[in-house]
Amino acid sequence: MSPRTRRQLLQGSAGLLATPLVARTAAAQSAGRVVIIGGGFAGAGCARALRQIAPKIEVKLIEPSATYTACPFSNEVVAGLRDIDAQQFDYKTFRSAGIDVVRDNATAVDAAARRVTLAGGDTLSYDRLVVAPGIDLRWDALPGYDERAAVRMPHAWKAGEQTLLLRRQLEAMADGGTVVMSVPANPYRCPPGPYERASLIAYYLKTQKPRSKLLILDAKDAFSKQRLFTAAWAALYPKLLEWVPLSSGGKVNSVDAMKYTLTTDFDTYKADVANVIPPQRAGRIAEIAGVADRTGWCPVDAVTFESKLQPGIHVIGDAAIAGGMPKSAFAANAQGKICADAIVHLLEGREPTEPRLINTCYSIVAPGYGISIAAVYRPANGQLTEIEGAGGISPLNASLSMRRLEAEYADAWFKTITTDTFG
Amino acid sequence: MKGRASLVTLALLAASMPARAADAPAGATMCSGCHPRTGSAATSIPVINGRDAAEIVTIMEQFRGGKRPATVMDRITKGFAPDEVQAIATWLAEQK
Repeated sequence: MSPRTRRQLLQGSAGLLATPLVARTAAAQSAGRVVIIGGGFAGAGCARALRQIAPKIEVKLIEPSATYTACPFSNEVVAGLRDIDAQQFDYKTFRSAGIDVVRDNATAVDAAARRVTLAGGDTLSYDRLVVAPGIDLRWDALPGYDERAAVRMPHAWKAGEQTLLLRRQLEAMADGGTVVMSVPANPYRCPPGPYERASLIAYYLKTQKPRSKLLILDAKDAFSKQRLFTAAWAALYPKLLEWVPLSSGGKVNSVDAMKYTLTTDFDTYKADVANVIPPQRAGRIAEIAGVADRTGWCPVDAVTFESKLQPGIHVIGDAAIAGGMPKSAFAANAQGKICADAIVHLLEGREPTEPRLINTCYSIVAPGYGISIAAVYRPANGQLTEIEGAGGISPLNASLSMRRLEAEYADAWFKTITTDTFG
Repeated sequence: MKGRASLVTLALLAASMPARAADAPAGATMCSGCHPRTGSAATSIPVINGRDAAEIVTIMEQFRGGKRPATVMDRITKGFAPDEVQAIATWLAEQK
């Protein structure tokens, strides 16, 4: 029940005469108030979808940055194949789409009173809240790796200055140097991302610094699109790139940023450039709002994305535990649309309909060489579950012209999804 | 006076706006993750909004049956039953 309806009921007989007029006036202005925290692929996409479905809904998007730097394709920036400008988007078209962008940080959420407090002191009331904060890096999870260490050993897992820092370090490295990557256990943002990055760093080394080596220390034995990546690595980067899985002692237990060393159960590796992708959790506001569980991520309903921990609050994008769906930009944008549809239904007192969601993720292994994974999801036993017989990875035996076409489609996808999300 | 007149116009416009768009069938809004909504954002992936519904259904069935060259659509089509494809195609045909 929305606060407005509750208020009307609470007014009782004394308010009976006045209520219809007040209610009608309110309805003409707004069909409900939705506040969204976070202007990424999930939050910004949800804001636009809400206005497209129901133009009378009042939508406020809380986002502290004027510019959004997108992660997909940022590995090309790392490898010197793309400018960071191509990753950057703003919120200038949002006002004309009827979305009120509030440039501030959300600092508190009162789920009972349905109110968000901003760093600037204002409070915003909502009928439905959408929490879409993306990830926070866990500075407490890998001994030796904290914010100061990240200045010497960049994570580059939130695109922006960190992306450029890793690129500059690669450019400054002498030919014959060793690049070491540390990859975390699941779940984390963009499951195939570390392997795309490894591929493109290998491409950079092969073409610019061919006597160099790339070592991937991995806390896992299996990863997304693995057979496609390993086949491409064997063909394109033999001897240059080495992947060390968990079972061969790949899990990094600690780092020393001053010495540029990474230590596993068996060895200590000295790096010339170290890219440490640390474990992650949902953005901090999720914990503050009480929607994150002990894993650090947010359990949600598979139809509405409403939190299983706090009614009236929905969680979408990387922060959510979305069953089989990966933490990808495509999935975040898709969840934004489905969540918007569910919210419109709920505000109108209608039963939300069972959704189908799609995820498609492209990875670029070298310029003009693209591979993909896709899946279709539906709620089953309370979880978003992959539909059997659909989806899967690009064929292992695909021709080079198909790899080229997939690289082209990856470019097209980026253009479309960023237009869809940011206007 | 001019400002007041446009305020009245705005109010009338708001009153005549539909409260919401017709419900999209399951999966239909996912297409715009890759397919641009309008030609102005055209890419190598075609615009499918406003295409003839029967044509969309035929192409989807060709993808499903492996009778049409594909990169990813053959994998995605298999996640939708024929009646779901029909509903999505009808909805897409109405989008501008």
